[in-house]
Amino acid sequence: MKIPALRIYAFIYLVFLFAPILLLPIFAFNEGRIIAFPLSGFSTRWFEALWERPSLHSAVQSSLIIAVLTSILATIFGIFAARGGALANFPFKGGIIGFIMLPLVLPEIILAVALLVLVTKVLGLAPNLYTIVLAHTLMCTPYATSILNGAFANLDRSFEEAAMDLGESRWSAFRLVTLPLVMPGIVSAMLISFIISLDEFIVAFFLSGNVTTLPVYIYGLRRQSDQLPIIMALGTILVVLSIVLLVAAEILRRRGLRRAGVEDSGGFL
Amino acid sequence: MAAGGFISDDGKRAFRALLPPFVYAVFLLAIPLATVVVVSFQMRGAATGEWLGGALPAPAATALRIMVLLYAVTLPFAFVLIARAGQIGRVIRFLLLALPLWVAALWLSWSYLATLGFGFGNYASVFTDPINIRGVLRDGSWLPGLLPRSLFVSITVTAATVILAYPIAYFISFRVAPENKSLWIFLITIPFWTSYLIRIFLWKVILGYSGVVNTALTGIGIIDEPLTFILYNVNAVIITLAHAYAPFAILPIYVALEKIDRSLKEASRDLGEDRFTTFLRVTLPLSVPGIVAAVLIVFIPTIGDYVTPELVGGSGGLLIANRIQSLFLQVNDPGLGSALSLVTMATVGIVALAFILSLRRWLKRL
Repeated sequence: MKIPALRIYAFIYLVFLFAPILLLPIFAFNEGRIIAFPLSGFSTRWFEALWERPSLHSAVQSSLIIAVLTSILATIFGIFAARGGALANFPFKGGIIGFIMLPLVLPEIILAVALLVLVTKVLGLAPNLYTIVLAHTLMCTPYATSILNGAFANLDRSFEEAAMDLGESRWSAFRLVTLPLVMPGIVSAMLISFIISLDEFIVAFFLSGNVTTLPVYIYGLRRQSDQLPIIMALGTILVVLSIVLLVAAEILRRRGLRRAGVEDSGGFL
Repeated sequence: MAAGGFISDDGKRAFRALLPPFVYAVFLLAIPLATVVVVSFQMRGAATGEWLGGALPAPAATALRIMVLLYAVTLPFAFVLIARAGQIGRVIRFLLLALPLWVAALWLSWSYLATLGFGFGNYASVFTDPINIRGVLRDGSWLPGLLPRSLFVSITVTAATVILAYPIAYFISFRVAPENKSLWIFLITIPFWTSYLIRIFLWKVILGYSGVVNTALTGIGIIDEPLTFILYNVNAVIITLAHAYAPFAILPIYVALEKIDRSLKEASRDLGEDRFTTFLRVTLPLSVPGIVAAVLIVFIPTIGDYVTPELVGGSGGLLIANRIQSLFLQVNDPGLGSALSLVTMATVGIVALAFILSLRRWLKRL
């Protein structure tokens, strides 16, 4: 029998993939200051310690503002891109879509460098909260587009045409017929953009200036080993939040695909 | 609405819909990248001086500069105009006649840029500074240059990630029941969406001197002394990155495997090939597009990561992206940083291209 070998490998691989996030809550609820086995008893004091940090709170606040604005902007661009992609071809269409999707494969440091140079050298601005929003929007648009592509691609165009035949204008046909059909995809794209923006570090660090986002704050604690349990507690909250949002996004994405009558190809990427 | 030319109305609507995200990407990607190219030629602390006729009275000097600039700008258009007339012989004769003028115009434009502090100095320093390419002797041991070391790490990470990912993609595509496939894909992508920094911190905890791996191994009694070769060196960087980029490798391979016509495998088995040779001669070659996509999508971004090397790489594990980061944010030399970024990008591009071309040749021989 060869099949069990592959199955065993798959499970070992899943353990490798999940080891870090499974260990995270174990250390977060551990009493001891040193992150190591054996554990020294259950405690929630690291979570309580999170409340006593005003600098953390302002970091969370900036991160949330950035993530919300990014998810809205990226999803709007994603709707445009996916809608355009689903319509007829024209010359250079592939190139234009490829360019919109380019940030997906560009090394993040190159993006960070390019945007920092743009902000400081060309625009002459000091990096601030909104420059991070601009950058994150650029990075999240490809993800939003690829999720919305699934919702738009096989949508039956005849619904919209029927609405237009019945007297609706092109825009109201889109708004009243197509938009509700792709709504699950839209919410899913917003959630994914939100998660990406909330976790993004490399570009945010380059463009942060005097704004501290959550990952930048965590990064700032890297040299203080006594802060490690607090990072674990914070990480637990973040991971739980990510997984909840992710599951919600996945459920909505599947519902969107079902509405569009498409076979699920699986996954976001 | 009349359909103009060969683009349908629907195509025009598609173009209009794509315009906003495209314009956004041009403004935030194309223009910044072009600026990086310009900045990379701008040397820090280079003397900026008078260009052409600095000794002349101001109006005369300005007139001279404008004339030279006009000349330099219009010359290429002259070439284009003559070339469009379509007479190659005439173009060549004109080129030969105008060659000295052309060289002069180039030289003048270049000398103008030089007075603004532009030049190849940053590139010269990228290639001559031993820390970047040639390597340095530190504490009596040879430390290879950052660029070759980063390439080595990226290539190793890519190889490890793709080789480890292939069986998983194969497993999901061929062994998992169709209704469970998207659940598996979802499971595999979950770790990717959880905080990237937190994951790196956790690898630090797992691989550390008194970390999870060492306490477990000493606890079982396999080793007496904690292993030290797994944290604060290149190995730790490779493990952490292979973990971070796993879904990027699995998904393209999975998609390629899903596209394979299942009857091809049956045909191969019917014709007497065993399971292994069927894989080698049918499944593997047909999944090559997925492997190529996986390799590129892992290789290109890994070179831009500076957090993993900094947190788990130790002093010997620092890579090219760390240098770029410090040039921009600590040393404050954007010119040199831009030049180094572009050289890194070009190197990555060349390696990726070489990979694709050599693979294509190998496939042809198959």
